[in-house]
Amino acid sequence: MSSLDQALWVLLLGSLLGLELIGKVPPTLHTPLMSGANAISGITVLASITLIAEADGSPPLLLLGAVSLGFALFNVIGGFLVTDRMLAMFSRKKSGAGS
Amino acid sequence: MSAIDVFGYGIDLLAVLLLALGLKGLSKVRSARSANGLAALAMGLAVAGLLIQLQPSPTAWLWIALGTAGGGLLGLLTAQRVPMTAMPETVALFNGCGGMASLLVALAVALFDPGDSGLVERISIVISVFVGAITFSGSIVAMGKLQGWIGTPGWTQSSVRHAVNITLALASLVGGVFLAASPVSEAGPLWLLVLASTLLGIGVTLSIGGADMPVVISLLNSYSGVAAAAAGFVVGSQLLIVAGAMVGAAGLILTQVMCTAMNRSLLSVLFGGALGAGSSGGHVGGGGDEAGYSRIVSCSAEECAMALETAERVVFVPGYGLAVAQAQHALRELAKLLEANGSEVSYAIHPVAGRMPGHMNVLLAEADVPYEQLIEMDTINPEFPRTDVVIVLGANDVVNPDAKTDPSSPLYGMPVLEVDQARQVFVVKRSLGAGYAGIANALFELPQTAMVFGDAKAVLQQLCTELRSQGVGSKVAVAA
Repeated sequence: MSSLDQALWVLLLGSLLGLELIGKVPPTLHTPLMSGANAISGITVLASITLIAEADGSPPLLLLGAVSLGFALFNVIGGFLVTDRMLAMFSRKKSGAGS
Repeated sequence: MSAIDVFGYGIDLLAVLLLALGLKGLSKVRSARSANGLAALAMGLAVAGLLIQLQPSPTAWLWIALGTAGGGLLGLLTAQRVPMTAMPETVALFNGCGGMASLLVALAVALFDPGDSGLVERISIVISVFVGAITFSGSIVAMGKLQGWIGTPGWTQSSVRHAVNITLALASLVGGVFLAASPVSEAGPLWLLVLASTLLGIGVTLSIGGADMPVVISLLNSYSGVAAAAAGFVVGSQLLIVAGAMVGAAGLILTQVMCTAMNRSLLSVLFGGALGAGSSGGHVGGGGDEAGYSRIVSCSAEECAMALETAERVVFVPGYGLAVAQAQHALRELAKLLEANGSEVSYAIHPVAGRMPGHMNVLLAEADVPYEQLIEMDTINPEFPRTDVVIVLGANDVVNPDAKTDPSSPLYGMPVLEVDQARQVFVVKRSLGAGYAGIANALFELPQTAMVFGDAKAVLQQLCTELRSQGVGSKVAVAA
């Protein structure tokens, strides 16, 4: 981190962006949106990878990093796929209705 | 700044932009699916950018590969295998694992990173551990409750729970303050913090009734974003801070939207205890007590089929019972028969029908029910007076007229589907057990209501058979 200042600004702007992104959500999309946002929160993978890469060969750091990477990726991959499965149903039905 | 750094920043910026667009697109029906792909792409970009910047050693690559293989494979299998009915539990499980990941990163840095840590880093570690642990234990409890593995213990409905939770929160605070204050990481406060915040997550979630679980999962999802942002401070990743903060804030808004749909305030969900648990003996498990009902009329599938045959306008009200019975395809088949018979068929979707908002839409979509036939509550409520037959399939609290008329009902004020306005109502249900919120339903005793006891799928199939035997199917062939 170049400076704490900068990090705090990033935090603030990120939060504001998040507050603005979602306004009205049709109830149909509550579950997929929650699931998609949940997959994005698995972005902790970045922390896990950083931990492993900067472990300097320390075994406990490597091990904990790998385990946390596993947990985070489980969240990311599972989350995106499950969301896609749900949304695929909506789109299939839509094209079915159109034809 | 080297070329690689510039390249890395470029990729980070692109990833943030795509994540934001993805999150935004997910809230519109038309763009949702591609938005989800966009967010996944952004995630991949972020990881690739990070790997380019860090240039891990071969040993590090090995461990990264190990973690990737383990988590990725399990995630892939889970996502493919899990049935659509278990979606809410699945999201809770994924979410808990995200929290666990942040917790582990902070633990690893606190315990094994030899470098001297500044105050900011230590505070970040405290937040990451605290929020990560709560997210993990809370999500796992939420999953257990949705699966029916965990009930709502009696003590969690008394004021004892507030004392317990406040004690746990204080213990976490003490651990956190000591951990942040001491320049050398000490194991004592750290483990106190881990233990107390894990128990706090359990304590808070355990007292919340199943009907409110979706809100809880959404809130915990927001927490896992916060945990990710805190982990970003710990390892010094701006991308992680932005993305974590974004998801945390967006999750909060979504939680609020869901609360509004249920006419509940977030505070009453979190601290109010389970809805109706105090007033009804038969809470949780669906068995429930049958006392309290005096004027119940039950009828056979045959009688129900006769009413359907002559009905011009039929509305189905699906609920969690439909999902449990996996009856969506049988329902679609019956609807096709009725349409062939000239009836107008639609489905009334309550915003919180099932165990999660949108649950019914997903379920019915799986059975190829046309999108236009799914009508939301506000649109269909004025239509009920001119509806001939309403069939309630495994829904309960969302059609309880007490919510409109009885100020003493715990449901009072919750918007409900006004099926009591229809000419005839059939309620398909396995027993007279109380609904998920544990409250008796006045609808069952109305003169125009008849109960059809049985598993939703079995009943629907019987209805199809009855209608066919009365020649409904063959009429189509003639008409066509």
